[in-house]
Amino acid sequence: MMLNFEHKAVNELEKEGRSAAPLFGEAEVVCPNCHRTLKESQAEEMMMTCLCGHHFRIGARKRIGYMTDENSFQELFEDIVSTDPLSFPGYRDKLTKARSMSGEKEAVLTGTASINGVSADIFVMDPGFMMGSMGAGTGEKITRLFEHAMEHGLPVVGWTVSGGARMQEGLLSLMQMAKTSGAVRRHSDRGLLYLTVLTDPTTGGVTASFAMEGDIILAEPGATIGFAGKRVIEETVRQQLPKGFQTSESILEHGFADMIVRRSEEKEIISRLLRLHGYGR
Amino acid sequence: MTSRPTSADYIYSIFTDFTELHGDRRFGDDKAVIGGIAWLEDIPVTVIGIEKGHDTAERMERSFGAPEPEGYRKALRLMRQAEKFKRPVITFVDTSGAYCGIEAEERGQGAAIAENLMEMSALTVPVISILIGEGGSGGALALAVSDRVWMLENAVYSVISPEGCASILWRDTAKAAEAAAALCLTAQDALSLGIAEKVISEDRLGTDAFYTSLRNDIVREIRALMEAGDLRENRYMRFRSFGGYQS
Repeated sequence: MMLNFEHKAVNELEKEGRSAAPLFGEAEVVCPNCHRTLKESQAEEMMMTCLCGHHFRIGARKRIGYMTDENSFQELFEDIVSTDPLSFPGYRDKLTKARSMSGEKEAVLTGTASINGVSADIFVMDPGFMMGSMGAGTGEKITRLFEHAMEHGLPVVGWTVSGGARMQEGLLSLMQMAKTSGAVRRHSDRGLLYLTVLTDPTTGGVTASFAMEGDIILAEPGATIGFAGKRVIEETVRQQLPKGFQTSESILEHGFADMIVRRSEEKEIISRLLRLHGYGR
Repeated sequence: MTSRPTSADYIYSIFTDFTELHGDRRFGDDKAVIGGIAWLEDIPVTVIGIEKGHDTAERMERSFGAPEPEGYRKALRLMRQAEKFKRPVITFVDTSGAYCGIEAEERGQGAAIAENLMEMSALTVPVISILIGEGGSGGALALAVSDRVWMLENAVYSVISPEGCASILWRDTAKAAEAAAALCLTAQDALSLGIAEKVISEDRLGTDAFYTSLRNDIVREIRALMEAGDLRENRYMRFRSFGGYQS
């Protein structure tokens, strides 16, 4: 079966940190950056990164496993899901497919967890669910998380991955940008910390709202981070985009992120920053 | 379409002594956004508009009303001044979207819009936004986190252009009309979703009577909002209520 996979299809799977099922033996992943083949267990040991430094896209549950203390994640608002308010053609099928492919009900998981012993409310977006597109369910979960964090005096740590607003929900998805931003601002006014980690890719309406509103903004190496899509920009300006355009490294250079952090060091850096803000005492 | 009034037409027709202020005090002055201080009858107000321009030369100069990050930052600077001096804010929105350019990205287009959304949610002065033509996605919303959103009868407000939507979903821009219908982007749609409070008739669009009537509506609404309790809380709840989810 694997032999019949087109190169592009395998590549798509790799980006999401999943491997094509092999005919024999252990699952393997091919790095889209250096094209090295890794055993999945080997990649797993490196938190789904490659020896060359490439960070594979990973699902929300896997990330929570890497970033929080064992069994500390308690999911909140797990029953909130987008409906199909505009009866948009094909949307219900798309939601059903996204749910079965990702095993999640929405494009974001929300809950409370401890990170090296420090309690925080966290949200983690999932690339397997319509590429983390922001619908009303996504916006509502994130808004409720900030309200929950306010009530409990907790910081919020959020991992973003998104293709942008979910167009199948029309204006209602656009409004989630304002809704989540309002919640971020209220949480901020209480003197509570909000830290974001931008992962590959963070774009569109998520970049233009809660992703870029953190007090501290971290980014994983090599992630695509931007507002407008590359193709749209190329069509508008009719010139070739510079090398490294819309990457973590470029936004750091232009002053829109605080630091680039490798996945293996994220947990340590995040818990250090939380403690520096007085949490976990 | 060429004769449709732009933000500047509204501003000079509705307000008196409009005094334009320039620059974001960070990098530059984006001509796609105009803003300043003016009288609304006897009330000093801050007025901001996304300006497309009237003839080709002016349109080029104003990027056809597609703001760069500096445009959003200029708007934010003026809104912060409004907050300081307790002036109501009126914005006129008319854009196909934030400018999609290399430098716009490098100077933080996403971050600029995000900051406006967050800061507008916290303003304690009344804010009314009027969508007079195109309301293109985040680039429009960045000036419309308001207490009241009004739309001209033929204005649109959408998360994505119909062409963009058709291209992504069906890989066929020819299906733009189909996408437009599915996106529910008309003023009537926005009204029924509660995203706009009012649809403004275009029967006498651009005439003195049109502007007088709109001025009267704005004055009445601003006076009501100035008396209306906790604007910030109400504005949060206004946007908080937009759903389409179940729990």
